[in-house]
Amino acid sequence: MVTLIKTIASALVDHPEAIHIREHQENNTLVYTMTVHEDDMGKVIGKEGRIAKSIRSVLYAAATHQQKRVRLDIQDEW
Amino acid sequence: MKTVKVTGKTIEEALDTALSQLNTDLSNVEYTVLEQPSKGFLGIIGAKPALLEVSLKEEEEIEEEQQANNSIEKEEQGAMEEEMDKQLPNPTEEAHSFLLQVIEEMKVDVDVTVHETEDELLFHLSGKDIGVMIGKRGRTLDSLQYLVHLVRNRSGDSYKRVIIDAENYRQKRQETLERLAERLANKAVRTGEKVALEPMNARERKIIHTALQYREDVETYSEGTGARRHIVIRPT
Repeated sequence: MVTLIKTIASALVDHPEAIHIREHQENNTLVYTMTVHEDDMGKVIGKEGRIAKSIRSVLYAAATHQQKRVRLDIQDEW
Repeated sequence: MKTVKVTGKTIEEALDTALSQLNTDLSNVEYTVLEQPSKGFLGIIGAKPALLEVSLKEEEEIEEEQQANNSIEKEEQGAMEEEMDKQLPNPTEEAHSFLLQVIEEMKVDVDVTVHETEDELLFHLSGKDIGVMIGKRGRTLDSLQYLVHLVRNRSGDSYKRVIIDAENYRQKRQETLERLAERLANKAVRTGEKVALEPMNARERKIIHTALQYREDVETYSEGTGARRHIVIRPT
Protein backbone atom coordinates (compact mmCIF):
# COMPACT_ATOMS: atom_id res chain seq x y z
CA MET A 1 0.00 0.00 0.00
CA VAL A 2 2.86 2.35 0.88
CA THR A 3 4.52 1.63 -2.48
CA LEU A 4 1.27 2.27 -4.30
CA ILE A 5 0.81 5.67 -2.64
CA LYS A 6 4.44 6.49 -3.33
CA THR A 7 4.21 5.49 -7.00
CA ILE A 8 1.19 7.70 -7.56
CA ALA A 9 2.47 10.69 -5.62
CA SER A 10 5.97 10.53 -7.13
CA ALA A 11 4.55 10.78 -10.63
CA LEU A 12 2.71 13.99 -9.76
CA VAL A 13 5.23 16.09 -7.81
CA ASP A 14 8.41 18.00 -8.54
CA HIS A 15 10.24 16.71 -5.47
CA PRO A 16 9.61 12.95 -5.27
CA GLU A 17 12.57 12.58 -2.91
CA ALA A 18 10.69 14.62 -0.29
CA ILE A 19 7.76 12.19 -0.11
CA HIS A 20 7.47 10.28 3.15
CA ILE A 21 4.73 7.87 4.08
CA ARG A 22 4.03 6.59 7.56
CA GLU A 23 1.62 3.82 8.44
CA HIS A 24 -0.17 3.24 11.73
CA GLN A 25 -3.30 1.54 12.93
CA GLU A 26 -6.35 3.11 14.53
CA ASN A 27 -8.86 0.48 15.60
CA ASN A 28 -9.77 -1.30 12.40
CA THR A 29 -8.31 1.34 10.10
CA LEU A 30 -4.87 1.51 8.54
CA VAL A 31 -3.94 5.17 8.44
CA TYR A 32 -1.32 6.37 5.98
CA THR A 33 0.16 9.79 6.58
CA MET A 34 1.97 11.24 3.60
CA THR A 35 4.14 14.31 3.76
CA VAL A 36 5.34 16.09 0.64
CA HIS A 37 7.50 19.11 -0.12
CA GLU A 38 5.51 22.24 0.69
CA ASP A 39 5.71 23.39 -2.95
CA ASP A 40 4.11 20.10 -4.02
CA MET A 41 1.02 20.28 -1.80
CA GLY A 42 -1.13 21.58 -4.63
CA LYS A 43 0.06 18.79 -6.90
CA VAL A 44 -1.19 16.02 -4.63
CA ILE A 45 -4.34 17.80 -3.43
CA GLY A 46 -5.53 19.66 -6.51
CA LYS A 47 -8.37 22.08 -7.03
CA GLU A 48 -11.09 21.34 -4.48
CA GLY A 49 -9.12 18.26 -3.46
CA ARG A 50 -9.75 16.52 -6.76
CA ILE A 51 -6.32 14.87 -7.01
CA ALA A 52 -6.32 13.73 -3.36
CA LYS A 53 -9.78 12.29 -3.92
CA SER A 54 -8.59 10.35 -6.97
CA ILE A 55 -5.57 8.97 -5.09
CA ARG A 56 -7.90 7.86 -2.28
CA SER A 57 -10.31 6.15 -4.70
CA VAL A 58 -7.50 4.09 -6.18
CA LEU A 59 -6.32 3.26 -2.67
CA TYR A 60 -9.77 2.11 -1.55
CA ALA A 61 -10.03 -0.07 -4.65
CA ALA A 62 -6.67 -1.65 -3.84
CA ALA A 63 -7.88 -2.31 -0.28
CA THR A 64 -11.06 -4.11 -1.40
CA HIS A 65 -9.50 -7.50 -0.85
CA GLN A 66 -8.32 -6.86 2.68
CA GLN A 67 -10.24 -6.80 5.93
CA LYS A 68 -9.10 -3.42 7.21
CA ARG A 69 -10.30 0.00 6.14
CA VAL A 70 -7.70 2.44 4.87
CA ARG A 71 -7.35 6.19 5.17
CA LEU A 72 -4.89 8.63 3.62
CA ASP A 73 -3.91 11.88 5.34
CA ILE A 74 -1.74 14.42 3.56
CA GLN A 75 0.52 16.91 5.36
CA ASP A 76 3.22 19.32 4.33
CA GLU A 77 5.34 18.78 7.46
CA TRP A 78 5.79 16.13 10.11
CA MET B 1 -3.84 -10.41 -37.80
CA LYS B 2 -0.11 -10.89 -37.39
CA THR B 3 1.00 -11.30 -33.79
CA VAL B 4 4.43 -11.79 -32.26
CA LYS B 5 5.59 -12.40 -28.71
CA VAL B 6 8.75 -10.65 -27.67
CA THR B 7 10.85 -10.19 -24.57
CA GLY B 8 13.18 -7.42 -23.48
CA LYS B 9 14.79 -5.92 -20.43
CA THR B 10 12.22 -3.13 -20.51
CA ILE B 11 8.83 -2.73 -22.18
CA GLU B 12 10.36 -0.25 -24.62
CA GLU B 13 13.16 -2.65 -25.57
CA ALA B 14 10.73 -5.50 -26.20
CA LEU B 15 8.54 -3.19 -28.24
CA ASP B 16 11.48 -2.11 -30.36
CA THR B 17 12.31 -5.73 -31.11
CA ALA B 18 8.72 -6.42 -32.13
CA LEU B 19 8.59 -3.37 -34.38
CA SER B 20 11.69 -4.42 -36.26
CA GLN B 21 10.40 -8.00 -36.52
CA LEU B 22 7.12 -6.78 -37.96
CA ASN B 23 8.94 -4.15 -39.94
CA THR B 24 6.53 -1.41 -38.91
CA ASP B 25 6.18 1.52 -36.53
CA LEU B 26 4.32 2.11 -33.28
CA SER B 27 1.23 3.57 -34.93
CA ASN B 28 0.44 0.29 -36.74
CA VAL B 29 0.46 -2.05 -33.77
CA GLU B 30 -1.44 -2.79 -30.62
CA TYR B 31 0.25 -4.49 -27.73
CA THR B 32 -0.45 -6.17 -24.42
CA VAL B 33 2.04 -6.51 -21.63
CA LEU B 34 1.89 -10.16 -20.61
CA GLU B 35 4.60 -9.91 -18.01
CA GLN B 36 6.03 -6.87 -16.27
CA PRO B 37 9.80 -6.63 -16.27
CA SER B 38 11.44 -6.62 -12.86
CA LYS B 39 14.97 -5.62 -12.08
CA GLY B 40 15.36 -8.29 -9.43
CA PHE B 41 17.76 -7.96 -6.56
CA LEU B 42 20.62 -5.57 -7.38
CA GLY B 43 19.60 -5.95 -11.01
CA ILE B 44 21.14 -9.43 -11.17
CA ILE B 45 19.35 -12.02 -9.12
CA GLY B 46 15.75 -12.73 -10.06
CA ALA B 47 15.67 -10.26 -12.92
CA LYS B 48 12.66 -10.94 -15.12
CA PRO B 49 12.35 -9.73 -18.71
CA ALA B 50 9.24 -8.01 -20.02
CA LEU B 51 6.99 -10.20 -22.15
CA LEU B 52 4.85 -8.47 -24.75
CA GLU B 53 2.33 -9.62 -27.29
CA VAL B 54 2.38 -7.29 -30.25
CA SER B 55 -0.15 -7.44 -33.08
CA LEU B 56 -0.25 -5.68 -36.38
CA LYS B 57 -3.50 -3.75 -36.74
CA GLU B 58 -6.08 -4.88 -39.29
CA GLU B 59 -5.21 -3.93 -42.85
CA GLU B 60 -8.39 -1.92 -43.36
CA GLU B 61 -7.41 0.37 -40.55
CA ILE B 62 -4.40 1.49 -42.43
CA GLU B 63 -5.23 2.85 -45.82
CA GLU B 64 -2.41 2.21 -48.18
CA GLU B 65 -2.37 5.71 -49.60
CA GLN B 66 -2.11 7.19 -46.15
CA GLN B 67 0.68 4.86 -45.30
CA ALA B 68 2.69 5.99 -48.27
CA ASN B 69 2.18 9.64 -47.43
CA ASN B 70 2.74 9.20 -43.75
CA SER B 71 5.90 7.17 -43.84
CA ILE B 72 7.88 10.13 -45.13
CA GLU B 73 6.36 12.43 -42.54
CA LYS B 74 6.79 9.82 -39.83
CA GLU B 75 10.47 9.42 -40.57
CA GLU B 76 11.00 13.14 -40.21
CA GLN B 77 8.83 13.26 -37.13
CA GLY B 78 10.53 10.19 -35.75
CA ALA B 79 13.93 11.78 -36.08
CA MET B 80 12.68 14.90 -34.32
CA GLU B 81 11.04 12.94 -31.55
CA GLU B 82 14.14 10.88 -31.04
CA GLU B 83 16.11 14.04 -30.51
CA MET B 84 13.56 15.27 -27.99
CA ASP B 85 13.56 11.90 -26.27
CA LYS B 86 17.16 12.38 -25.35
CA GLN B 87 16.15 15.27 -23.08
CA LEU B 88 12.66 14.23 -22.05
CA PRO B 89 11.07 10.84 -21.58
CA ASN B 90 8.20 10.29 -23.99
CA PRO B 91 5.06 11.42 -22.08
CA THR B 92 2.91 8.63 -23.53
CA GLU B 93 5.40 5.96 -22.50
CA GLU B 94 5.62 7.58 -19.09
CA ALA B 95 1.83 7.54 -18.69
CA HIS B 96 1.68 3.94 -19.85
CA SER B 97 4.32 2.65 -17.48
CA PHE B 98 2.74 4.69 -14.67
CA LEU B 99 -0.59 2.93 -15.26
CA LEU B 100 1.08 -0.49 -15.41
CA GLN B 101 2.95 0.16 -12.21
CA VAL B 102 -0.18 1.30 -10.37
CA ILE B 103 -2.08 -1.78 -11.55
CA GLU B 104 0.76 -4.03 -10.47
CA GLU B 105 0.90 -2.46 -7.01
CA MET B 106 -2.87 -2.64 -6.62
CA LYS B 107 -2.27 -6.39 -6.92
CA VAL B 108 -5.14 -6.85 -9.34
CA ASP B 109 -5.34 -9.22 -12.28
CA VAL B 110 -5.88 -6.81 -15.17
CA ASP B 111 -4.49 -6.60 -18.71
CA VAL B 112 -3.88 -3.33 -20.52
CA THR B 113 -3.97 -2.59 -24.22
CA VAL B 114 -3.02 0.82 -25.59
CA HIS B 115 -4.41 2.61 -28.58
CA GLU B 116 -3.01 5.98 -29.52
CA THR B 117 -4.36 8.44 -32.05
CA GLU B 118 -3.41 11.98 -32.91
CA ASP B 119 -5.31 13.56 -30.03
CA GLU B 120 -6.29 10.66 -27.85
CA LEU B 121 -4.62 8.05 -25.69
CA LEU B 122 -6.90 5.12 -24.94
CA PHE B 123 -6.14 2.39 -22.45
CA HIS B 124 -8.38 -0.61 -22.42
CA LEU B 125 -8.51 -2.78 -19.33
CA SER B 126 -9.73 -6.34 -19.13
CA GLY B 127 -9.35 -9.31 -16.84
CA LYS B 128 -10.59 -11.00 -13.72
CA ASP B 129 -10.51 -8.02 -11.37
CA ILE B 130 -12.21 -5.59 -13.71
CA GLY B 131 -15.02 -4.88 -11.24
CA VAL B 132 -12.57 -3.50 -8.69
CA MET B 133 -10.99 -1.33 -11.36
CA ILE B 134 -14.32 0.18 -12.41
CA GLY B 135 -15.67 0.80 -8.92
CA LYS B 136 -19.05 2.14 -7.97
CA ARG B 137 -20.43 4.19 -10.88
CA GLY B 138 -16.99 4.09 -12.46
CA ARG B 139 -15.35 6.01 -9.65
CA THR B 140 -12.10 4.03 -9.64
CA LEU B 141 -11.89 4.11 -13.42
CA ASP B 142 -12.47 7.88 -13.47
CA SER B 143 -9.88 8.46 -10.74
CA LEU B 144 -7.29 6.37 -12.51
CA GLN B 145 -8.07 8.13 -15.77
CA TYR B 146 -7.61 11.53 -14.13
CA LEU B 147 -4.28 10.54 -12.55
CA VAL B 148 -2.95 9.09 -15.81
CA HIS B 149 -4.11 12.27 -17.58
CA LEU B 150 -2.09 14.35 -15.09
CA VAL B 151 1.01 12.24 -15.70
CA ARG B 152 0.56 12.25 -19.49
CA ASN B 153 -0.04 15.99 -19.77
CA ARG B 154 2.32 17.20 -17.07
CA SER B 155 4.77 18.86 -19.39
CA GLY B 156 2.10 21.11 -20.91
CA ASP B 157 3.04 20.64 -24.57
CA SER B 158 1.55 18.01 -26.91
CA TYR B 159 -1.70 17.62 -24.97
CA LYS B 160 -3.63 14.40 -25.41
CA ARG B 161 -6.99 13.32 -24.05
CA VAL B 162 -6.62 10.24 -21.88
CA ILE B 163 -9.37 7.67 -21.74
CA ILE B 164 -9.34 4.53 -19.64
CA ASP B 165 -12.07 2.09 -20.50
CA ALA B 166 -12.86 -1.35 -19.14
CA GLU B 167 -14.80 -3.98 -21.05
CA ASN B 168 -16.89 -1.29 -22.78
CA TYR B 169 -17.92 0.26 -19.47
CA ARG B 170 -17.93 3.78 -20.99
CA GLN B 171 -20.29 2.81 -23.79
CA LYS B 172 -22.64 0.97 -21.43
CA ARG B 173 -22.64 3.87 -18.99
CA GLN B 174 -23.51 6.27 -21.81
CA GLU B 175 -26.50 4.12 -22.75
CA THR B 176 -27.61 3.97 -19.10
CA LEU B 177 -27.40 7.76 -18.79
CA GLU B 178 -29.33 8.26 -22.01
CA ARG B 179 -32.13 6.03 -20.78
CA LEU B 180 -32.13 7.82 -17.43
CA ALA B 181 -32.34 11.18 -19.21
CA GLU B 182 -35.37 10.11 -21.23
CA ARG B 183 -37.12 8.68 -18.21
CA LEU B 184 -36.59 11.77 -16.06
CA ALA B 185 -37.53 14.08 -18.92
CA ASN B 186 -40.83 12.23 -19.23
CA LYS B 187 -41.34 12.55 -15.50
CA ALA B 188 -40.67 16.31 -15.64
CA VAL B 189 -43.23 16.70 -18.43
CA ARG B 190 -45.78 14.50 -16.69
CA THR B 191 -45.56 16.27 -13.34
CA GLY B 192 -44.88 19.72 -14.79
CA GLU B 193 -42.04 20.10 -12.27
CA LYS B 194 -38.25 20.41 -12.43
CA VAL B 195 -36.25 17.24 -11.86
CA ALA B 196 -32.76 17.49 -10.32
CA LEU B 197 -30.30 14.69 -11.08
CA GLU B 198 -27.50 13.51 -8.82
CA PRO B 199 -24.09 15.21 -9.21
CA MET B 200 -22.07 14.10 -12.23
CA ASN B 201 -18.78 15.04 -13.82
CA ALA B 202 -18.61 17.20 -16.93
CA ARG B 203 -18.43 14.28 -19.34
CA GLU B 204 -21.54 12.61 -17.96
CA ARG B 205 -23.46 15.90 -17.80
CA LYS B 206 -22.66 16.43 -21.45
CA ILE B 207 -24.12 13.02 -22.32
CA ILE B 208 -27.41 14.03 -20.64
CA HIS B 209 -27.52 17.50 -22.25
CA THR B 210 -26.86 15.97 -25.66
CA ALA B 211 -29.41 13.20 -25.17
CA LEU B 212 -32.20 15.69 -24.46
CA GLN B 213 -31.20 18.36 -26.93
CA TYR B 214 -33.67 17.13 -29.54
CA ARG B 215 -36.65 17.36 -27.18
CA GLU B 216 -38.72 20.49 -27.36
CA ASP B 217 -40.79 19.74 -24.27
CA VAL B 218 -37.86 20.01 -21.82
CA GLU B 219 -34.70 22.04 -21.30
CA THR B 220 -31.58 21.12 -19.32
CA TYR B 221 -29.10 23.18 -17.35
CA SER B 222 -26.50 22.62 -14.63
CA GLU B 223 -26.58 23.87 -11.06
CA GLY B 224 -24.11 23.87 -8.17
CA THR B 225 -20.32 24.05 -8.22
CA GLY B 226 -17.42 21.60 -8.20
CA ALA B 227 -18.24 18.06 -7.20
CA ARG B 228 -21.86 19.03 -6.46
CA ARG B 229 -22.61 20.25 -9.99
CA HIS B 230 -25.67 18.48 -11.34
CA ILE B 231 -28.24 18.68 -14.09
CA VAL B 232 -31.77 20.00 -13.76
CA ILE B 233 -34.42 19.04 -16.32
CA ARG B 234 -37.22 21.55 -16.63
CA PRO B 235 -40.41 21.20 -18.68
CA THR B 236 -40.83 24.08 -21.13
